[in-house]
Amino acid sequence: MNPVNYLYLAALLFAIGATGVLIRRNAIVVFMCIELMLNACNLAFVAFSRMHGNLDGQIIAFFTMVVAAAEVVVGLAIIVSLFRSRHSASVDDASLMKL
Amino acid sequence: MSFPLLTATAALPAVGAIATAAVPAARRSAAKWLALLVSLATLALAVTVLVRFDPDGDRYQLTESRAWIAEFGVRYELGVDGIGVALIGLTALLIPFIILAGWHDADPLETKSSRWRPTQGFFALILAVEAMVIISFEATDVFLFYIFFEAMLIPMYFLIGGFGDRAHAGSDENASAQRSYAAVKFLLYNLVGGLIMLAAVIGLYVVAGNFSLQEIAEARANGTLDMATSTERWLFLGFFFAFAVKAPLWPLHTWLPNAMGESTAPVAVLITAVVDKVGTFAMLRFCLGLFPEASKWATPVILVLALISIIYGALLAVGQRDIKRLVAYASISHFGFIVLGIFAMTSQGQSGATLYMVNHGLSTAALMLVAGFLISRRGSRLIADYGGVQKVAPVLAGTFLIGGLATLSLPGLAPFVSEFLVLVGAFARYPVVGIIATLGIVLAALYTLVLYQRTMTGPVKPEVSAMPDLRVRELVVVAPLIALLIGLGVYPKPLTELVNPAVEHTMSDVQQKDPEPEVEAAK
Amino acid sequence: MENLIALLVAAPLLGAAVLLCGGRALDRAGHWLGTLLAAASFVVAVVLFADMLGKGAEERTLSQHLFSWLPVEGFQADVAFQLDQLSMTFVLLISGVGTLIHVYSIGYMEHDERRRRFFGYLNLFLAAMLLLVLADNYLLLYVGWEGVGLASYLLIGFWQHKPSAATAAKKAFLVNRVGDMGLSIAIMLMFTTFGTFAFGPVLEATGETSEGKLTAIGLMLLLAACGKSAQVPLQSWLGDAMEGPTPVSALIHAATMVTAGVYLIVRSGAIFNGAPEAQLVVTIVGAVTLLFGAIVGCAKDDIKKALAGSTMSQIGYMILAAGLGPIGYVFAIMHLVTHGFFKAGLFLGAGSVMHGMNDEVDMRKYGGLRKYMPVTFVTFGLGYLAIIGFPGLSGFFSKDKIIEAAFAKGGTEGWILGSVALLGAAITAYYMTRVMLLTFFGEKRWQPDAEGHAPHPHESPKTMTIPMIVLAFGSVFAGGFFGIGDRFLHWLEPVTGHKHGHSPLSAATVTGATVGVLLIGVALAYLQYGRGPVPVTAPRGSLLTRAARRDLLQDDFNHVVLVRGGEHLTRSLVYVDHTLVDGVVNGTAATMGGLSGRLRKLQNGYARSYAVSMFGGAAVLIAATLLMRAV
Repeated sequence: MNPVNYLYLAALLFAIGATGVLIRRNAIVVFMCIELMLNACNLAFVAFSRMHGNLDGQIIAFFTMVVAAAEVVVGLAIIVSLFRSRHSASVDDASLMKL
Repeated sequence: MSFPLLTATAALPAVGAIATAAVPAARRSAAKWLALLVSLATLALAVTVLVRFDPDGDRYQLTESRAWIAEFGVRYELGVDGIGVALIGLTALLIPFIILAGWHDADPLETKSSRWRPTQGFFALILAVEAMVIISFEATDVFLFYIFFEAMLIPMYFLIGGFGDRAHAGSDENASAQRSYAAVKFLLYNLVGGLIMLAAVIGLYVVAGNFSLQEIAEARANGTLDMATSTERWLFLGFFFAFAVKAPLWPLHTWLPNAMGESTAPVAVLITAVVDKVGTFAMLRFCLGLFPEASKWATPVILVLALISIIYGALLAVGQRDIKRLVAYASISHFGFIVLGIFAMTSQGQSGATLYMVNHGLSTAALMLVAGFLISRRGSRLIADYGGVQKVAPVLAGTFLIGGLATLSLPGLAPFVSEFLVLVGAFARYPVVGIIATLGIVLAALYTLVLYQRTMTGPVKPEVSAMPDLRVRELVVVAPLIALLIGLGVYPKPLTELVNPAVEHTMSDVQQKDPEPEVEAAK
Repeated sequence: MENLIALLVAAPLLGAAVLLCGGRALDRAGHWLGTLLAAASFVVAVVLFADMLGKGAEERTLSQHLFSWLPVEGFQADVAFQLDQLSMTFVLLISGVGTLIHVYSIGYMEHDERRRRFFGYLNLFLAAMLLLVLADNYLLLYVGWEGVGLASYLLIGFWQHKPSAATAAKKAFLVNRVGDMGLSIAIMLMFTTFGTFAFGPVLEATGETSEGKLTAIGLMLLLAACGKSAQVPLQSWLGDAMEGPTPVSALIHAATMVTAGVYLIVRSGAIFNGAPEAQLVVTIVGAVTLLFGAIVGCAKDDIKKALAGSTMSQIGYMILAAGLGPIGYVFAIMHLVTHGFFKAGLFLGAGSVMHGMNDEVDMRKYGGLRKYMPVTFVTFGLGYLAIIGFPGLSGFFSKDKIIEAAFAKGGTEGWILGSVALLGAAITAYYMTRVMLLTFFGEKRWQPDAEGHAPHPHESPKTMTIPMIVLAFGSVFAGGFFGIGDRFLHWLEPVTGHKHGHSPLSAATVTGATVGVLLIGVALAYLQYGRGPVPVTAPRGSLLTRAARRDLLQDDFNHVVLVRGGEHLTRSLVYVDHTLVDGVVNGTAATMGGLSGRLRKLQNGYARSYAVSMFGGAAVLIAATLLMRAV
């Protein structure tokens, strides 16, 4: 199969993720959409790795997974503590960080 | 390698500042004595510099040079000429008086917790300013100079914003708001000037490849460093703008009345007599030394600005109702004279300007510190709140009058010598400018005598009737200043001999000769 | 011998320093110390004078170089003294009259708790005045010039608790400063023209420069002289200066300081000789002031202010003479010296009267005092006869010479100046007779004041009368001593130079005319004030009288134009500084603040809107990159 199709898929997934981040309010869903975007990138990396015939892309994909895992830990912790204090998981309710 | 005297002179107050800041909260008076001691030791070092300096020797003496940031050609280069020595002497001399005059200005208020340590902070900041000012006078590396030129804004900001007049302290919210406005204004004004100068400093590096004042000046003189006319002018403007803010020259002056009005009298003296001198000093050393052609190009405009400063500052001083703001506007007028002397490009003008820097420091210190003593007694800065003080406190009134007479340049007192030299120097090259500037002496008499008349003479106001005369500590501050004012007025020769060779060098920097008299009179 | 010169200045300077810095411990003996040091200065002056008389006319100039004051590249100012016949004349006058007035002040200021300080100021004045006449260059002269201004400021405002005194002191200093501006410009002109401002080189080199330069220098010197010597248009301070204690009026504002302008012009004779136009202006100023002062003197009811008007007028004579050039210099100085005697004597007499009359100054409240104060009456009377130029007394010799010299100027100018001088002599006789009649003759007109204290006129103590007697002696004999046989002329001629003028009128005619107008003036005053009772409150008077009472409206002019105008100017400048100059600064700050306020609206705290901007930004970047590639 043409590896370029994987890139199309990655672009599609990224777009879905981005749209989700922009239109959904629920922090968990936004979070999941970010994961989707990250994984879209991973897919693109792996596809490029295949296309160029070296392992750089795959290595970076592993890096991304590790970072994503760490991010999940921190992110979920923030969401949980936010939910505890606000009784809501809406990202729009946490708008105190403005000037 | 000989003992690094210049470094030591600047480092001692810096170390002293840290030590003073570290004194525990309860040992308040120890902090004061420590600061005084350090400032006196610095004075001793400054005197050593003065003694070791040979006026007829090399242009820059007691030089030190070390690599610092080699990648950018920044070196730690120090050296003094006669002008620098004179100003280091002035700074080191005034700081002990400033500390002594502000002895009680930063005593903590009862209401605050015991961990609050304003006293330590106040004196540590003063010493920090001293260290930075001294090193600015010593630096012969443009970048090194720039760093301390800017860094002294930080302690000054806290001194202006953090310590107001005792009379207004604590309860008065409005005074506190005014004070922080003044401090922010001071900081922003000078920061803008400084940033424009930074751009010029970087520009200079791009053109010249290093920051050494001597190397660049030499390279320019023997033609190895060619600067396009427009480049030179832009760089000159960048430097000059920063110095004109600091000096301050009309129309960049409006921060000074606020800053001097809101801070305590010793801090006001620190601003106008010490810190501002860095601006005029740098005009002589950097503007004229690095960009002689551009300096000559800009002279007409600068002379006009200086004239406006002289007349405008004096007229505004006449219109003030606040003692400290009056002195501030008077200082603006005097800075006009200094700039006039520098850019008249005659030996008399530049010698006069240098002497003026020293003498203005002494006279303003005398006047402002006595005004501070007066204000601390009555708790008001308004001229209208006083009257008849000389009846109840004759010594205070007498010293105030002498400070005032020095401000109006009475012959016999030091400022006359310098003012007359500036006028003669300006007149020799630009007669009209000289004549207009002479108007300043009439206006100076007006604002000084009106101030004296309204505060000191007339019937005794009930509010001042119990005013005590000068105390011993206050006399110790004022008497030596007055003695110096008289001494340097009658016998200014040591100072002129110190300054003359340096002025000759500057004159050769800008390749100017004094105008010849019309008739070579029979000697 | 020349090493003694510095002592002349040093003695009173030491006195001033000790008296002003020393504390209350000196209160009891301070006045004696001050008087002693003034007398010491006089003794030194006499020793130097005796030495000078022993030498030939050409070797009389002594000089003493103390130290180099202000050495700057191309600019040399020294502290050095020069004592020639001209300076010597002044030194004797200043230290002599000064010592007498110190003695007088011991009595006059007896009840003043700040007497020590008063003597300190008087000593300071003597030092500055001696420095002024002894300096060998214009810059050092300038130091003395402003020094006497300072002493005058301190002494006019000595009773500082009176707002009027403080204002008068300030006014005197300010008006003088305007004159000082002239002096400093003159010095600058000399420096650029001659490269020096020492008397010798400058005055020798006047021939080598253009007349225009000399005229400019001369006019600036004249401005200085106008300020110090209270000449029109800078005369307004002198009347107010009478707020000072009377000995001060006698010493500073009659005998010595106010004559410094005459000294300056005579000293700079070589400059004026080369600038006829400047000389013409000098004579005009002198003539105008001569009339101005005389008219003001006629209208004042305050005895000291009447005398102040007279001083102004007499100095007008001197300035007029000095403006005549070599035909007048000697006579200007001669009149200056005789005037120093009789005017100081008159002022001391006035002080003595005030002393006995509870400090009342209004002559309309005196009357018939000759019975109560015989010594004052006689000494004042002799001074009076001297000033109006009664034949045989001092004023006769000196004034007559000036009038003669004015006619000798020649041409229409000579006629005008001479007639003005004659007219002035008539008015002098009128107003001085008026003062005399109002004070010492007629009915007694004093009444108890509001608190019921009636004055008890009495003769003053010895310390006050003795100086008055000595000065009266001088008023009577000095003129004859100087004038007969042209002694004074021979004494001063080597310094100032002299040229005999050719008057269109013979000397006898001029003398006759002078005596004639004198009699007319006396007779007019007698008709008005001597025959009937004098009203205690002044009548409204003619328009001229009312204007003269207000110093011919000069103060009103100054007030409206300078004071009011200045107030408006400074006030509007304060406003401009606040709103415009500072406004631009604050405006910039406010604009920045406003802009950032707008910008910060973007930071609304909603994470998703940040995400939109991120995506938008990324999209733009990618699009831009692609576009660049495509191009």
